[in-house]
Amino acid sequence: MTTSELQFDTPADRVVEGPVLQVDDLHVSFPSEAGRVRAVRGLSYHVSPGEVLGIVGESGSGKSVSSLAVMGLLPNSARITGSIKFQGRELIGQSDTELSRIRGRRISMVFQDPLSALTPVYTVGDQIAEAILVHRKVSKSAAAKRAVELLDLVGIPNAAERAKAFPHEFSGGMRQRAVIAMAIANDPDLIIADEPTTALDVTVQAQVLQLLETAQEVTGAGIVIITHDLGVVAGFADRLMVMYAGRAVEKGKVDDIYQQPRMPYTLGLLGSIPRLDVSEKQALVPIKGNPPSLTDLPPGCPFAPRCPMVVDACHTAEPPLVDVDGSLEHAAACIRTNEIAAADGEGAEAAVEIFGAEVADEPEVAKIPREQREVVLELDQLVKEYPVNKGVVFKRRVGTVHAVAGISFDVREGETLGLVGESGCGKTTTLMEILGLQKPMGGEISVLGTNVSDVDNKRRFEIRRDMSVVFQDPMASLDPRLTINDCIAEPMQVHGYSKDEINRRVPELMRLVGLRPEQLSRYPGEFSGGQRQRIGIARALALEPKLVVLDEPVSALDVSIQAGVINLLEELKSKLGLAYLFVAHDLSVVRHIADRVAVMYLGKIIEIGEVDSVFEAPRHPYTQALLSAIPIPDPVKERQRERIILTGDLPSPANPPSGCRFRTRCFLHAQLPPEKQRQCIEVEPPREVQAPDHEAACHFAQIRQVL
Amino acid sequence: MTVILNEGDSAGTTGAASGSPVDAAPEPGKAMTRGRLVLIRFARNKLALVGLVLIVAMYLMAFVGPFLTKWSYDQQDYTAFLEPPYSEHIFGTDKIGTDMFALTMRGLQKSLIIGLLVALISTTVAAIVGAAAGYFLGVADKALMWVVDLLLVLPSFLIIAILSPWFRGKSWFLLVLMLAAFQWMITARIVRGMTLTLKEREFVKAAKFMGQPARKIIAKHIVPNMASLLIIDATINVGSAVLAETGLSYFGFGVQSPDVSLGTLIGLNAESATTFPWLFLFPAGFLVVFVLAVNWVGDGLRDALDPTSTRVRRKEKKDTKEKAA
Repeated sequence: MTTSELQFDTPADRVVEGPVLQVDDLHVSFPSEAGRVRAVRGLSYHVSPGEVLGIVGESGSGKSVSSLAVMGLLPNSARITGSIKFQGRELIGQSDTELSRIRGRRISMVFQDPLSALTPVYTVGDQIAEAILVHRKVSKSAAAKRAVELLDLVGIPNAAERAKAFPHEFSGGMRQRAVIAMAIANDPDLIIADEPTTALDVTVQAQVLQLLETAQEVTGAGIVIITHDLGVVAGFADRLMVMYAGRAVEKGKVDDIYQQPRMPYTLGLLGSIPRLDVSEKQALVPIKGNPPSLTDLPPGCPFAPRCPMVVDACHTAEPPLVDVDGSLEHAAACIRTNEIAAADGEGAEAAVEIFGAEVADEPEVAKIPREQREVVLELDQLVKEYPVNKGVVFKRRVGTVHAVAGISFDVREGETLGLVGESGCGKTTTLMEILGLQKPMGGEISVLGTNVSDVDNKRRFEIRRDMSVVFQDPMASLDPRLTINDCIAEPMQVHGYSKDEINRRVPELMRLVGLRPEQLSRYPGEFSGGQRQRIGIARALALEPKLVVLDEPVSALDVSIQAGVINLLEELKSKLGLAYLFVAHDLSVVRHIADRVAVMYLGKIIEIGEVDSVFEAPRHPYTQALLSAIPIPDPVKERQRERIILTGDLPSPANPPSGCRFRTRCFLHAQLPPEKQRQCIEVEPPREVQAPDHEAACHFAQIRQVL
Repeated sequence: MTVILNEGDSAGTTGAASGSPVDAAPEPGKAMTRGRLVLIRFARNKLALVGLVLIVAMYLMAFVGPFLTKWSYDQQDYTAFLEPPYSEHIFGTDKIGTDMFALTMRGLQKSLIIGLLVALISTTVAAIVGAAAGYFLGVADKALMWVVDLLLVLPSFLIIAILSPWFRGKSWFLLVLMLAAFQWMITARIVRGMTLTLKEREFVKAAKFMGQPARKIIAKHIVPNMASLLIIDATINVGSAVLAETGLSYFGFGVQSPDVSLGTLIGLNAESATTFPWLFLFPAGFLVVFVLAVNWVGDGLRDALDPTSTRVRRKEKKDTKEKAA
């Protein structure tokens, strides 16, 4: 690969005059049964060459629609007015054919879901080559060659080989790389990335963000990155625009917005993010209510119904976006910006003050030393393997997937154990084994002191009373055909509660999770995601369990709603003395809610211990890499942080590496002299005590600060 | 177009956000059971109610009607051959002088029972077999699907034809069972497939983990979630059962003369449809009204059972708006 073959212009060659993209007073509306949905209402922004603009907002705030409008990808029923100028050329009103000449060549897009962004029936190389052939007159072989170069550029090993692979043979992170390769194939001037990392694991998210940065350096393009997570853009974006109900409510330089947010909504968003770098319990700010319906907005500020600072004047007219703090760069749409500026704290602290969030008290049992508390759940060397079969008529076993390879931990009364790891590491399998209450393939599971291997069905049924589960997807975990009342009553019916008792307890549970009992005869479909998750929690608490298993309970929710659910979980824990087994891939949520944390890698626990000890002084290289991959919603800190980028993807659990399972991706292993490396390859590291209540499984464990 | 709005991040907010007036509970604070809620939703659908009234009326007519006329279906009036409707014979007479009203009522009796029972039995069997096979998998699935495949390849018409001498003179219920036995297989296969996907949904897992026994999970979570399919299937089966019985009768199996069904009457008199229309129009008209009524009831039931159905709600919205005005 020589530079001459890569047909990128150097940024200096470009004629730079004015912004690449200039959007003025953009309005987009769609017809719907309830009237016109005004998805975007008067949006203006600009992106300069080489600049990264972050657009942040909740679901339904119009951020995706506005960028689809730029691409000209909205359906014909959409009514678009205003002006979108790309390099001085008006895009609104152009025909699809004319836009096609720009799309993919000058403006390109990276979508959220890398699986659906690639056609499953063509090889990845062909698809990238196609992107080139559409816009340039080059031979097929030249395009294919360039596709390989691009794959190499985005960090796919063995690019020439992998170009012949089909999308399903790529992992999620590799697919997203391929999509980015396609996006930069024609050296665009503008890249629009629509939630490019939302569907990915944290470690992969870090890789993709770095890749986008590289792509920007190589092409010199302006980037618009759309996200709902303020953490993601803190270190990446130059400027930020916060959207609410189809309008920009605050915009400015990243540092200004994170440090001096001047609109209550931005404040709320900032305050709702659990921080990875804060050890003492910080209060999370939930933004109450839901975004307004965009069909008929009442006059006044659309955020007023959810705003803690609302005054009568807020309901009279929608505040315009005006410059604040005497700065031309920073603008907010709120009539009380001065009062926010007068608040004491900065950023998230001001949010806590204004929104009045409180930290839940510690439960009573937490005062008793851990060793003296009852063990609610204990796993001892749990093993779960799946056979890999081949053949149609005579099935023969060709291999074994070691989903869980001997893990041990315990959860005691009134404590939360966070179980974290990338997807595919065996978290869910472990949960299903615990919840199934069947005799495990190897090892032991004990719930409340009862070993589940040697109990009859009657006792097993009794154990179910003390253990309940909250699932990840609030859409799928409630039967759409049952009313909320029936949903919450179900566990009590199963366990033989009397009718009167159920009728008394169901409204009680509704109040407990912060919902109104009047809504009991509604169906789950009429509730929002956060409310549904609350209903799921109410159902889990119906039998007054001792242990609640939470399978990524907040990962499908918007940040602002997530904060409310986390607060609820904490409050319930302290009120009812529950023990949680909290499975998550989001380490900042785990830090916020958990007392102890266990890190899983390829079916093994590689580090376990008290949460502050693990986060402040991680011993295992994998934990260090995981922690360093999590973005912190603080631009200054974020720019100074050193990222440990893990290379490659999780190895297949059907064929795990010998010795230490992490050695193939380990940066520490790579730096070791050969004789020490041999130890990693040959001997599986045992879990050793590193500090009080802190164990790690690494031959060469050493503390490394990553926060 | 809301699809597009929520596409990227469908997590947070739908449904409740729009703040639509939903099923107003008559007694706020007190939760309703599923049965009552479905009943209320069903009662809101006027067409379904009309269908229900029609079906009940036809049953009454079929069983009470014969007592209102002095003629019987196996009795001839030798003074009136092929007479159009007049005061003595309100539906007219056929070519051997049998009163058409008596004949139609007798036929209606048979067809109503055969149609509804066959549909009910075959759909129930399909739901149970399909859901059980899909839920339990393993040996149960293999055995049940083997039976389904076997029944599918057997020529049902031939078997009923061969067996019909044996059940001649025996109860009509045997005929119903035979017709039902050959109508459930394809639905059972579809149900099995849907069960396989439903089984992986988290609410089924949640029920399992709270200790709900398998048969209750099937009855409470799996079958209701396929209600739309089952109801449509049942309404189609009503029509096809009547037609299957007609076909059998035409070839001399099934309902035998002097007994009649709507099917035999239509088959017998189809050629007189233009010349002596009353012979054809009355039995055919009853059949059409019957199948139509069943369809309306089916639609109403489906909407009432399906919480995502907007039809009920939209109508209600209009009602409340009218009331407000």
